[in-house]
Amino acid sequence: MPLSRKQIAWRAAQDLGDGVYVNLGIGLPTLVADVLPEGREIVLQSENGVLGVGPAPNENELDLDLVNAGKQPVTLLKGGSYVHHTDSFLMIRGFHLDLALLGAFEVAENGDLANWTTDDPKFPPGVGGAMDLAAGAKEVRVLVEHTTRDGSPRLRKQCGYPLTAMQVVKRIYTDLAVIDVTKDGFVVKEMVADIDFDALQAKTEATLHKAPDIKVLSAPAM
Amino acid sequence: MIDKRVRSLAEAVDGIKDGSVVLAAGFGGAGSPEALYGALLEQGAKDLTIVNNNAGTGRIGLAGLMDAGRVRKIICSYPRSSGSVVFEELYRANKIELELVPQGILSERMRCAGAGLGGFWSPTGVGTRLADGKEEREIDGRHYVLEKPLKGDVALLKADRGDRWGNLTYNKSARNFNPTMAQAASLSIVQVRRFVELGEIDPEHIITPGIFIDRMVEVPV
Repeated sequence: MPLSRKQIAWRAAQDLGDGVYVNLGIGLPTLVADVLPEGREIVLQSENGVLGVGPAPNENELDLDLVNAGKQPVTLLKGGSYVHHTDSFLMIRGFHLDLALLGAFEVAENGDLANWTTDDPKFPPGVGGAMDLAAGAKEVRVLVEHTTRDGSPRLRKQCGYPLTAMQVVKRIYTDLAVIDVTKDGFVVKEMVADIDFDALQAKTEATLHKAPDIKVLSAPAM
Repeated sequence: MIDKRVRSLAEAVDGIKDGSVVLAAGFGGAGSPEALYGALLEQGAKDLTIVNNNAGTGRIGLAGLMDAGRVRKIICSYPRSSGSVVFEELYRANKIELELVPQGILSERMRCAGAGLGGFWSPTGVGTRLADGKEEREIDGRHYVLEKPLKGDVALLKADRGDRWGNLTYNKSARNFNPTMAQAASLSIVQVRRFVELGEIDPEHIITPGIFIDRMVEVPV
């Protein structure tokens, strides 16, 4: 079974160590906040100036002046702080964040990332903080469905959509696999049990390499 | 005696000229000076360039200014959001100009203007379409593009508390673009939730010192 979106988020969350500072992109990565592993202090940064983002507020805690990058109400953890936008992006661009977990339209085998525009003429393009995050986090990982709704691969030899940043993605979590981006291209570290390697390759444009210690990708029901 | 307080919203936005570059604070509703946007609509300035993270939602506030045909150009990082109907209509009809700037670069370009600097070398967007036409340079093995300062004629801001000198505090993530925009405009106008006595704000807690502020009006929302 492919992983659900929440399970993809869960899998990515398992790799967040105690004490990491991480920014969650809009969309799929935002779900990571709901499935953080217990017992670790993980500091979420939101680009609108919140360091130490906590869970969604209950009715009594709700303050519309406290929102995340997706403009959803959030809370602040003990030890959290507020900064203005320029300092927030100083954190982002200046290699102060250990990780940025981002969504994507496409990732290329050299780590190129495309996640800001599909050039659909019906809609104006928007970039938000994506290019700053991709340029300035210590490490960029991507959470993405392995293929588009019509089955086209998102993991490609080269991105077809306009780039967000060049050669930045180090790891990709999909509904089918966990894939590292190495100098030799995509290396499959984990894949779901009920698909074979050739079938996974058929859903991927770029060549996949099998990690010597390849494992089964699974997540708890949620 | 320094007293930057004015009595009305009309007085706060008085004299804003046609063709002004308006630094418009706020991230979604947080820190967004909606009363000043409404006052600017009534004031009537047109041919405006609006700098904001987004491009307005609904039909009031920034979207109201756009809907009334007062905005020639928007400089933002992310024009689309749920409810950005006015901007999208104008964009499709080719009736508004869009300059798309990555969010952190938008903020840093304004900081640069406020700090009196001529630009900065940024790694953001290198090798992408948004770097097209920008000067590029390699510094210590990394590639950067030249970003230029973005100065406002006017900044419209929202703060939590303010004293008559213009010293400000903010509430939580409503701080966002406010402190940087306050520094980057020739005329910085702020709506504050509550006027307080001079000296009431602990100096350690002042986020925007009054030197950056020109006018303030009390709007208790």
